[in-house]
Amino acid sequence: MIPTWAQIGYLVSAVCFIVALKALSSPRSARTGNLIGAAGAVLAVLITFAAYKPNHLAPILIALIIGTIGGVIGSRRVQMTQMPQLVALFNGVGGGAAALVALLELGEVTADATVAAIATAFTILVGAISFAGSVVTFAKLQELMTTRPVTFPGLPVLFVASLLGGLALGVWLVSDPRVWVGVLLCLVGLAIGVMLVLPVGGADVPIVISLLNAFTGLTVAAGGYVLGNTLLLVAGTLVGAAGSLLTKLMANAMGRSVFNILFGAVRGGSTLGAGTASDRPVISAGPEDVAILLGYANKVIIVPGYGLAVAQAQHTLRDLVEELHSRGVKVDYAIHPVAGRMPGHMNVLLAEAQVPYEQLREMDDINGDFKTTDVVLVVGANDVVNPAARNTPSAPIYGMPILNADEAQRVIFLKRSMRPGFAGIENELLYDPRTTLLFGDARDSLTKLLAALKTV
Amino acid sequence: MSESIALLTIFVLAAFVGVEVISKVSSTLHTPLMSGANAIHGVILVGAIIVTGATNSVIVMIVGLLAVVLATVNMVGGFVVTDRMLEMFKGPGARKKELHK
Repeated sequence: MIPTWAQIGYLVSAVCFIVALKALSSPRSARTGNLIGAAGAVLAVLITFAAYKPNHLAPILIALIIGTIGGVIGSRRVQMTQMPQLVALFNGVGGGAAALVALLELGEVTADATVAAIATAFTILVGAISFAGSVVTFAKLQELMTTRPVTFPGLPVLFVASLLGGLALGVWLVSDPRVWVGVLLCLVGLAIGVMLVLPVGGADVPIVISLLNAFTGLTVAAGGYVLGNTLLLVAGTLVGAAGSLLTKLMANAMGRSVFNILFGAVRGGSTLGAGTASDRPVISAGPEDVAILLGYANKVIIVPGYGLAVAQAQHTLRDLVEELHSRGVKVDYAIHPVAGRMPGHMNVLLAEAQVPYEQLREMDDINGDFKTTDVVLVVGANDVVNPAARNTPSAPIYGMPILNADEAQRVIFLKRSMRPGFAGIENELLYDPRTTLLFGDARDSLTKLLAALKTV
Repeated sequence: MSESIALLTIFVLAAFVGVEVISKVSSTLHTPLMSGANAIHGVILVGAIIVTGATNSVIVMIVGLLAVVLATVNMVGGFVVTDRMLEMFKGPGARKKELHK
């Protein structure tokens, strides 16, 4: 039994975590809150060493140092554009660690209490699902594999069979806690995790990260139950509950149900996108023509997308906007909630480029303004202005609220090629007679545009 | 049995707190929120240390140490990356000061 002072210490840690999450409701308090959370984590580890007096102290400390170095290097080196895949990866290793801890519990303790055995089985299964699912998510976001939904005939049958198999093994484990049954359960969990994420299309992947995040939280909570550790129980439950709600909020922002996101492609229908560019004619123009359109407009709205961030063109864009301002053009940025690779990702990317965030306007706030706008300049975005979300029930993004760029007088797309966006579907707006395309790398195009603007 | 009821009570209350604390977060901060929550579940590290420290079996120790490494990466990396993101949401005043440096 752990001493009372340690339990009180764990309580303090738990409060630190709650404060950390709470502080994230405002950008002003968020950073301090995160530091408080980190302090809570350090406290928890120190208490654990003091209260449990673990054997093998040296190897454990070495493992801690290796993990710390790995975590710091990984998170320092990563580009802001790669943030979502890093979060997925961190979540995966967390889920993996939880599953391993539960497996070891099985070997060590003769868990005769049924509830504890159920919690152990749950941790192993869901931890493995979270780990494998996160790895596939990472591969999709890093574009190591196709971002489009992957299905094969028999997937639904295999998936259901694995679920039932997992359930049966879980029951077996509860009645007869043997390590090899646990290992088998772990393997089934890995298979379920892969099959869960494969059919999810690119644009929906962030929601899956959030869901898997919630899963890992719940496994940590179950692990806490097994170990009789209140801190793990509280922290895991917090993350599980917060993650579930966040998943639902994000799914709402996309106009979809979580079920539809996970199983839409499996159930069939034409959710698979075209994937290739068609050869229909489009209107393209040089930077000079586009500069004239922009320079003589009264009102311009800019729709930034992931392509802008990848080209590191934020600074050039900001210069262009300043030039337009100095010519008396009214310019706003329109930010779609899921622009980039994850909700709120674009805000992070533009904040990095020091675009003043008073100029950034949220979708609901700006959508009414497109009707009275002369020119919409879409930089490296595609899916968030795709009218298919409104008009084409078979499109994978159908139902997602979009920026009403198609209501403006003119639309200019800065694009590298006719390749479809992350969701893998064509954008009708590209073929609209009011649309002009300027092909090229976003930074290159914006530089030329800026130069041309100064001469018109 | 009373202990498991106590744990169950904690579980239910924590679930309500979890929902309550994030229900008002704006979509602007969804990415850091996800990453912050991610860092918090890295606390499984505590469990990994307890299990590893209590064993006499070499195999258990090796697997346990692996769990310690993974959980530490999760926790440390999660907090550092969240901090990096939040650093960018400085107010306009703070930003100006930095430019003048």
